[in-house]
Order: sequence, then structure tokens, then C-alpha cells
Amino acid sequence: MKLLTLNFLTCAIKTCKTNSASFPLHPRDAELEIVEADVNLPFLKNILPRLMWDELRGICTELGLPELPATPPTPADLIQPSSSTPETTDAAPIAEADEEPSQTAKDLHRVLLETCIQEGKLVCGACEHEYAVKEGVANFLLPGHLV
Amino acid sequence: MLPTPSTCHVCFDRVYEPAEDSYLLLDTLSSGSETAFLQDRFGDATSSPPVVLEVGVGSGVVLAFVAANARTIFGRHDVLTLGTDINSFACKAAAQTVRHAVNEREDGRSVFADVVNGDLASAIRPRSIDMFVFNPPYVPAELPDLSRHETYNTMPEGKKATSFEQDSYLLELSYAGGADGMVVTNRMLAQIPGILSADRGIAYVLLCAQNKPDIVKQRIREWGPGWMAETVGSSGKKAGWEKLVIVRIWRSLK
Ligand SMILES: C[S@@+](CC[C@H](N)C(=O)[O-])C[C@H]1O[C@@H](n2cnc3c(N)ncnc32)[C@H](O)[C@@H]1O
Ligand SMILES: [Zn+2]
Repeated sequence: MKLLTLNFLTCAIKTCKTNSASFPLHPRDAELEIVEADVNLPFLKNILPRLMWDELRGICTELGLPELPATPPTPADLIQPSSSTPETTDAAPIAEADEEPSQTAKDLHRVLLETCIQEGKLVCGACEHEYAVKEGVANFLLPGHLV
Repeated sequence: MLPTPSTCHVCFDRVYEPAEDSYLLLDTLSSGSETAFLQDRFGDATSSPPVVLEVGVGSGVVLAFVAANARTIFGRHDVLTLGTDINSFACKAAAQTVRHAVNEREDGRSVFADVVNGDLASAIRPRSIDMFVFNPPYVPAELPDLSRHETYNTMPEGKKATSFEQDSYLLELSYAGGADGMVVTNRMLAQIPGILSADRGIAYVLLCAQNKPDIVKQRIREWGPGWMAETVGSSGKKAGWEKLVIVRIWRSLK
């Protein structure tokens, strides 16, 4: 499962919902795999406000991945500054389709969409329940008595 | 007519095969009136990407259709799709269906997150979903005995195939809805206000005539001020108990 997915998941136990420690879930004993994909700049720019940035940074640290910047990048940070010569600056703005991803965009893309947990556990910070990840699929089913 | 995603790799002995209910969802979500509604709500290309959750993805045909036709349905490509199913075999099959459809039709511009194995939306972060879709087990029939779930949810140890009993159990999960066919749907309806984003969340839930759709809609409208529930699709051609409707649930923004 992709690290981006962790942005939308929490502990499945009802009584944890009101406990802020139940988000994010913490990967443990994770085997990571990189699944390459094309950088999707329009998506990255638009998803920024929906990312829980501090939590995402924490997950990267826990997984021993390169550190993310302390504050979320702006959409402009994700675009490679144009290498065009001065004469072209007052021409029409570059069409969206021609924008190139900056290194920041590529790094974010790698973390969110290419870094996948193949095996391991996701642990709730509130109740410490462990959810298994097997063959890339996280299992949030609870034994009957916990539901 | 938009193409139906390919599900030819799915083993329908233990994963729900796309049927009239699945196709009604595809037709409704791509109908002129629904695409107009959704584009009005989500079409602004500078707003954040709509996050779509389908619970009970089965083969993945519905989620794949939404992901692969993001542009037609939402008026934008950057839609994020996420799924859950109680059946782990369905989770894997659906992930493959969505990935394939996105690559083929959207050239990777719409983004598929994952399908997780879980009970309804119990593991979804509160207020994080913009569009929710559910084709539930809606047939009035006794619910299967869930105490066998853990054993039946994985390939038997050391075997390459599932047993007949296992397959029957997994298929029962896909259609049996308990009393009035509403036991699973009622549990899901109770979770909807909690998972939808406050400003633009919207849900589509399929019901059959025996679920008593008019009563269900009335109950939703009583959730609180602004909650709306309307039938926005139906397969009324056939009489009888499997007459199906799609109910759109949302909060009026005014
Ligand atoms: C009628 S099938 C729909 C499948 C697919 N969405 C379609 O439209 O073809 C219902 C699906 O819900 C799943 N399901 C049943 N109970 C569930 C639960 N408690 N949590 C998550 N999924 C569930 C079943 O495994 C099945 O895949
Ligand atoms: Zn917990």
C-alpha cells in the first residue's frame, strides 16, 4: 500500500476515533518497495491542502526515509523554474501541460505514490492495536469483540 | 456510452461478478444529470482533487469506472480513488481492475490509492471523503456466520485453491443483507456523516425495493438540517423484488 493511503486511514476501533493519537497509524517492521510511476504534477499541486503534513513527515522519519521539509511546499515549489531566456518572459505564461516537476515534486511523488508497504504492521498510537499488511494489502478487520 | 472496465482476470467463484446493480451505478454516475451535479461541485480545477471511496468494491468495476472516466464524470483528471472490501480476494482483484483501467483510459492522470481489507469504512479517517459509493449486500437473506471469516478470508494454508464452502461463504457476504436486506446498509449509513468532508461530501448508495427506499430516504433527511436524499437512478424496467434505485445523499450547502 502507498504511503499516500495512510493519509486517509485511522484505527478501526470505535473508541479510538475521538483520540487524536489514532492518526496516523505507525508503520512497524515494514518492508518497502518502490513501484515507479509517472509524476502527476496537477495532482500533486492540488492534493497539498489535503495532506496532514506533520503526520506524513513523522511517518517518513519512522520509516527511515529522507526527511520532508518542515513546512508543506506551495504549488509553485513543485514547478521547475523555467529555463527560458529573458526575451520570453513577457510572452504568454507557460501552459500547465508544459510545466516540469521540480526536485521537491519528484521527492514528494516518490514518498506519496511510489513508496509502498508490502509487508509489515500498522500500529494505532492510542490503543496499540496492530493491523497486518500482507502482499501490499492492509487488513483492518477486528476480532468480533473489538468492533 | 463509456466503456465498462475489464474484469476478465477476476475469479467470480469468490468475488461478486458485475451485474445489473453494478451497471446501474455506472449508468447513474455517468448520466447527464449526475455529471452536471458533480462537475458543479468538484469541477473547479484548482480545488483539491475529489477523494472517492467505494466500500465493497468486489471486482472493482465501479471504482475503476469512476477512476478511468474522471474527466467525463468530474470534469477533471486528478481524482483520487480508494476502496475497501471485507473479502481479501476482492481487494486484490479490484486493485488490479482499477490499475488497469486507469492506465488504459486515463494514462495515469487519475490516481488510484489502494483497496484495503476492512469492515465498511471503519478505518477511514473522519471527514476525509468527498464522494462515497456503496453497492451493498442488499438481498433479504440471513447473514453468513462471521466467526468463520478469518479462516475463509485467506487461501487455505499450503493450498492453491479455495474450497467450495469458502467460496459460498464469500459470495454470501456479497449479497446477503439480513432483515429487509438492510442490516449491512444500516451500519454503513450510520458511518456516512462521519466520513464525508464537511463542505462538499456526497454519497451514492444502491437499494432494492425490499429495502424500502422511501423510508430509508426519509430517515436520512432526519439526520439533521440540510441533509438530502434523492433517487437519481433506477432500473425500473423489471417488476418484482429486485427493482433497484440509486440514492444520492448530500448536505445542501445553503
Ligand atoms: C453487491 S457486491 C458489489 C460489488 C461491486 N461493488 C459491484 O458493484 O459489482 C457487495 C460487496 O460488498 C462487500 N461487503 C459485504 N459486507 C461488507 C462489509 N461489512 N465491509 C466491506 N465490504 C463488504 C462484499 O464482499 C461484496 O464485494
Ligand atoms: Zn486504536
